[in-house]
Amino acid sequence: MRQFQRTMPPHLRPATSVTRVMGEVLLALVPATTAYVWYFGPGILVNMMVAVTVAVAAEAAVLAARGRPVASSLGDLSAIVTAVLLAFALPPLTPWWVTATGAAFAIVFAKQLYGGLGYNPFNPAMVGYVILLISFPAEMTRWLPPGGLDLAAERPDLMATLGYVFTGQLPPPLAWDAIAGATPLDQVKTELGLARTVEEIRAGPLYGDFGARGWEWVNNFVAIGGLWLLYRKVIRWQIPVAMLAAVIVASTVFYLLEPGNYPPPSFHVFSGATMIGAFFIATDPVSAATSERGRLIYGAGIGLLTYVIRTWGGYPDGVAFAVLLMNMAVPAIDRYTVPRAYGHGR
Amino acid sequence: MTLPARKRLSTSLPLGSAGIPEYLILPLSQHVGTAAEAIVAVGDQVQRGQPVAKATGYVGSPVHASSSGTVVEIGPHPVPHPSGLTADCVVIRTDGEDRPFNGYDPLSNYRTLNAPALRARVRECGIVGLGGAAFPTAVKLNVGVGLKSLILNAAECEPYISCDDMLLRHRPEEVILGAQIMLHALEIRHCCVAIEDDKPEACEALMQANASVGDDRIEVVVIPARYPAGGERQLIQVLTGEEVPADGIPADIGFLCHNVGTAASVYRAILKGEPLISRIVTVTGEGVAQPANLDVRLGTPMAHLVEKCGGYTPSATHLVMGGAMMGFPLDRDDLPVIKASNCILVASREEVRPRDTALPCIRCGECARACPASLLPQQLHWLTRAADFEQVEALNLYDCIECGCCDLVCPSHIPLTQYFRYAKTEIWARKNEREQSDHARERFEARQARIERQSQERKQRLAAKTRTLKKAGKDEAARKAMIEEVMQRVRDKKSGSQNESEPE
Repeated sequence: MRQFQRTMPPHLRPATSVTRVMGEVLLALVPATTAYVWYFGPGILVNMMVAVTVAVAAEAAVLAARGRPVASSLGDLSAIVTAVLLAFALPPLTPWWVTATGAAFAIVFAKQLYGGLGYNPFNPAMVGYVILLISFPAEMTRWLPPGGLDLAAERPDLMATLGYVFTGQLPPPLAWDAIAGATPLDQVKTELGLARTVEEIRAGPLYGDFGARGWEWVNNFVAIGGLWLLYRKVIRWQIPVAMLAAVIVASTVFYLLEPGNYPPPSFHVFSGATMIGAFFIATDPVSAATSERGRLIYGAGIGLLTYVIRTWGGYPDGVAFAVLLMNMAVPAIDRYTVPRAYGHGR
Repeated sequence: MTLPARKRLSTSLPLGSAGIPEYLILPLSQHVGTAAEAIVAVGDQVQRGQPVAKATGYVGSPVHASSSGTVVEIGPHPVPHPSGLTADCVVIRTDGEDRPFNGYDPLSNYRTLNAPALRARVRECGIVGLGGAAFPTAVKLNVGVGLKSLILNAAECEPYISCDDMLLRHRPEEVILGAQIMLHALEIRHCCVAIEDDKPEACEALMQANASVGDDRIEVVVIPARYPAGGERQLIQVLTGEEVPADGIPADIGFLCHNVGTAASVYRAILKGEPLISRIVTVTGEGVAQPANLDVRLGTPMAHLVEKCGGYTPSATHLVMGGAMMGFPLDRDDLPVIKASNCILVASREEVRPRDTALPCIRCGECARACPASLLPQQLHWLTRAADFEQVEALNLYDCIECGCCDLVCPSHIPLTQYFRYAKTEIWARKNEREQSDHARERFEARQARIERQSQERKQRLAAKTRTLKKAGKDEAARKAMIEEVMQRVRDKKSGSQNESEPE
């Protein structure tokens, strides 16, 4: 007689893993990162480096303090994803301590203190971003105009970027007044406040074919990565489609009512964090609704709130706030969208 | 969901025979329902097909000797069961002569017989469902009126298993003829044989057999190969779009499902007078040298089958009865093949799920997408961990068919199905406990009430006696007679109490 080991059914190997899911998300951000560097210089790479280093260190420290296995938890790559998404939200030239504060806050407070991977009710990257936006408004709104424009003839190169990030000083020929600019969403908001029409604003040099120059292409490349995630079934269509649809519907309605005061839907879809929000932020499964119907509601809620905050709120972009607000609604959404089980009356 | 089928492993060789092993171990309980009762004694000579145990209870089935020989033991033996426990078995030392019993006449005139007569034959031939659940077929054939259609299940959606595939390739006419008998017994006019599209050879053979029999009541339907399409409820949904009510059975909506192997054994029982003494078993996995399908006599030790298939390879580490998704693990290979053994999977370490530590759930929701019962495995998992069994039940845990789809798609590698099995037994145990404590409390309360009532009655009796005694106070004779009567009663009681104790 021969003895055998026992394993409980099912005996087949699982087809995927958290590490693979997170790894594919990182891979899907490569095109967008490339476009970002093309238009805004190497700043984002420096920000990513700082954020990843701090996030991984913070995650390891808290895991060790909590007596959890450090290596296997770091191996799930979730801290790196959070850090990279945070870096995407920061201006290209951000002092290192701002980035570090955001990354540490995202990992320690928004994630690990709630219990670590899988237990955080709020999207950690967005918590980190919102903390920075509220605490350091000056550093967080100093954007560079996209490359290829006359007004950015002088741009900080890699050395200048590193110098600024780590010392806070721009090398002599460069000065903030010469190189800095507002984001298009910011500018539209300000100029609409000065009673100019959307037509006039969009005639300015910042604006491109459907969104703003540079930003529209970053958004396009984000969408390419997002579509790849859909194709790989890492994310599902409900959240991105619902969110984009809500933004489009809301902006179309107001644009048709008063085209002078409200930018067209194309501008909203291809500006700011709309695309990265739809494909990479709102789709974070941990803090999103879980059922298919629930995800449609969740995505639509984010889209709608994003439009509301952009249009009537105090901040130029609203994706981060919209995501956090909808995170709060997730338990209720899940509660009321339980699908009908097989064999239970229609 | 689409799974790696791994069926080609065992379909390259033609259907073989496992021959007659030296010993046959026949468990008395090979099916759902009450165990059979042995009707032979140690030392008895038995023939092939002779009943060695009779069915007890309506949901039960007899057991037959699968070859001729001598009964050498009736007693507990390890059997293939998830619990790993032993059960009573009849052990036969075979003589190699394979003498037939000839106890059942072929019923070639079955069309003139009525349904109860056919069911009786199916029952006495020990036929149970061969798809894996082993529910007595005669009971399932007795569904009453209102049936629309008989569904013969050849979906065989589990990875590795190919015994139905091989049955259909080699003996498709048995299935078609079995279907005709079942239609007659059920008194209905439509039968649908459902087969997955990844078995083109079997499908071809089946269609040819159906054409040559030429029965327009029987229809072959090809369905996409998607696990778990072979689950009764899922198959009905795929074929008809209808759902079986959660608290009902398929017959409630007019359908009855049987496995194709069952249909073939019904054919053999009716038209050939052969009881169920053998079945086709898939012996497969990287742990066997030459995976194949074998016609196996029930009671054959599994080690014998592996030997027939070229023995173990060095990588054999796991033994599973059933498929890779729902089959259960076995500790040892001296266990007998029973009526429910559709597949013996000898797996290597690389083939089975590693026992790695699960990561926390990341709420990705893939489990809910994969669930064929539209449950929310992830919520059920949270609630089970929180021991909130009331909510677990409210989210319809009992509709979980334990197919294992959620486990397979989980990126965190959480053993979800295992959680659900635990939750089911836990809820069941708690209910049981509650019932028992309710019962004990009721008994206690009833006893208290009874004691109270009896002491009241005694007081009343005493009061009544005192009254009559007082009334008779003056009359000395009457008083004496009364005392004498009481004394007599006490004496009677004393002599009687030696035999019967007085109830409280």
